[in-house]
Amino acid sequence: MSFTENVDTNVPSAAEPAKPQRSSEWARFWKKFRRSKPALPGGIIVAIIVFCGVFAPWIAPHDPFRPEFGAMLEGPSWAHLFGRDELGRDLLSRVIHGARISLLEGVLSVALAMSIGVPIGVVAAYFGGKLDIVLMRIIDVMLAFPGVLLAIVIVSILGPSLTNTMIAVAVYTIPIFTRIARSATLALMKEPYIEAARSMGMRNGRIMLRHILPNIAGEITVMATLRIGIAVLTASSLSFLGLGAQAPTPEWGSMLASGRNYMLIAPHIVVFPGLAILFLVLGLNLLQDGLRIALDPKSVEP
Amino acid sequence: MFQYIIRRIIFAIPALIGVSVVVFLMLHATPGDPAQVVAGPEATAADIENVRKSLGLDRPIVEQYLHFVGRAVTGDFGVSFKTGRSVVEEIGHRYLNTLQLAGAAMLFAVVVGIVSGVLCAAFKYRALDNIILVLSLIGISAPAFFVGLVLMIVFSVQLGWLPLTGNDSWRHLILPCVTLGLANAAIIARVMRARLIETLDSDYVRTAYAKGLSGYRVITRHGLRNALMPVITVVGLQMGYLLGGAVITETVFSWPGLGRLIIQSISSRDLPLVQASVLLIAVTFVIINLLTDLLYGLVDPRVEVA
Repeated sequence: MSFTENVDTNVPSAAEPAKPQRSSEWARFWKKFRRSKPALPGGIIVAIIVFCGVFAPWIAPHDPFRPEFGAMLEGPSWAHLFGRDELGRDLLSRVIHGARISLLEGVLSVALAMSIGVPIGVVAAYFGGKLDIVLMRIIDVMLAFPGVLLAIVIVSILGPSLTNTMIAVAVYTIPIFTRIARSATLALMKEPYIEAARSMGMRNGRIMLRHILPNIAGEITVMATLRIGIAVLTASSLSFLGLGAQAPTPEWGSMLASGRNYMLIAPHIVVFPGLAILFLVLGLNLLQDGLRIALDPKSVEP
Repeated sequence: MFQYIIRRIIFAIPALIGVSVVVFLMLHATPGDPAQVVAGPEATAADIENVRKSLGLDRPIVEQYLHFVGRAVTGDFGVSFKTGRSVVEEIGHRYLNTLQLAGAAMLFAVVVGIVSGVLCAAFKYRALDNIILVLSLIGISAPAFFVGLVLMIVFSVQLGWLPLTGNDSWRHLILPCVTLGLANAAIIARVMRARLIETLDSDYVRTAYAKGLSGYRVITRHGLRNALMPVITVVGLQMGYLLGGAVITETVFSWPGLGRLIIQSISSRDLPLVQASVLLIAVTFVIINLLTDLLYGLVDPRVEVA
């Protein structure tokens, strides 16, 4: 078991869901998590990228902003593993710093979406009736803009910037969390212990906080992992379209946008940032599979 | 059934109203005086006042909204700030280009998705299944703009097989439609695989095998027919995603569709074009969702199977 314990400590705390407190719960979580084949590789990929993001200034070999006009578009070499970009900046250092930006985009926008979307969903399901209908109609309007279009509309109103991109992606993600929180709460409402809490005269707010939220937290966490990946994709797409992070910020999407004019002569300047996005999203998708099994209260131990 | 159709159509109305409110408010939510935005940066105070009068910006906001909807219903979205031509004239053929691209991408996604899903189920847990599963994961995780650029580098630049950008012939359509449809193909493949494996595990399939039918016949005659229903639902839902995703693919390939127009118009601050394009895509999306629901109601799977 020493191998698994070793790996366990490598899994980043940022990607870990509601931590079970006792070690036996940890062991149970870990046992279930390991039942998903793709989960561990996913966790490792995410851990590496999180490490890069957190320690970017210390591990990046060069200054990501310093141009070197004598060596523009230079291909990969031992001194510059990913080569140099259109201004001669070290691409590896820019990709490493980009991890920090993309992770922030993904985590912050999902956290914002979650903190708005989940309460709306829980309240709508808990009280039901007219309130439920009105809230869901509003959510339907948000879902009437297909794909990234809602995010694009919001950024076009707020103006292009990194912060506004995160807000736009968050708003675009709210309906997802509202819907999942609502359906999870609806399923719980039939449980006898909710009925019992109500008949004991427990206040509604307390029931929602103490009994409903903890019980839907697992499902929400799994969805959050998945949505962080989609948020990273959406935010980098907006930056690629010129609506997100602005030059010289080393954001992966905007690196592809500025690099595409040179990709015919120097393909490396679009390939490396693109692969970075691909790996981060892939890692999160794989990790999500393990969390889904481990956090499902109905899944039994092997 | 008739009641179901009517109810479903009535349900779509609040979404349409909401969409029109959001699009209408785009003009007012943008920082600064809308009249100033419309008149342009070099306008004098008198110009701005004129614009305010002619657009009715001095009237109550509810009245402005009703006026906006009234014009939109008759297809009048005003004129483009930049070209001075009517908005309808500007977006008409671009709308068709976007529908063409999204339709081709959907066709690609359905064909590739179903074929790979069936292959996976037929060779379940073997090498081919695993390879397709890994490829589909990459297809879901890769950003469309990256896929597009890589396809361009490989097929247009290195191999020289297909044109880089533009939309003059069917050969121009191939790379954009693969780029746009890839993620959908991956999703359809996964749904198809899961459903087909589930179906192939059922009693009547076991009976078919027991009768001595070949594996190929069992899959095509018994498995596929029953596994296709959920895939149709997914296809309907994904169509909307394609309309949104077209914005990115069109920008990568300089495809003259609505999505690219939206991005260009946002940067040139040509608001009537943005409003009309966004409204058109959203309304198309609502209608497609409505049709999917109706289709699903008409073709009840249980009736089919029996």
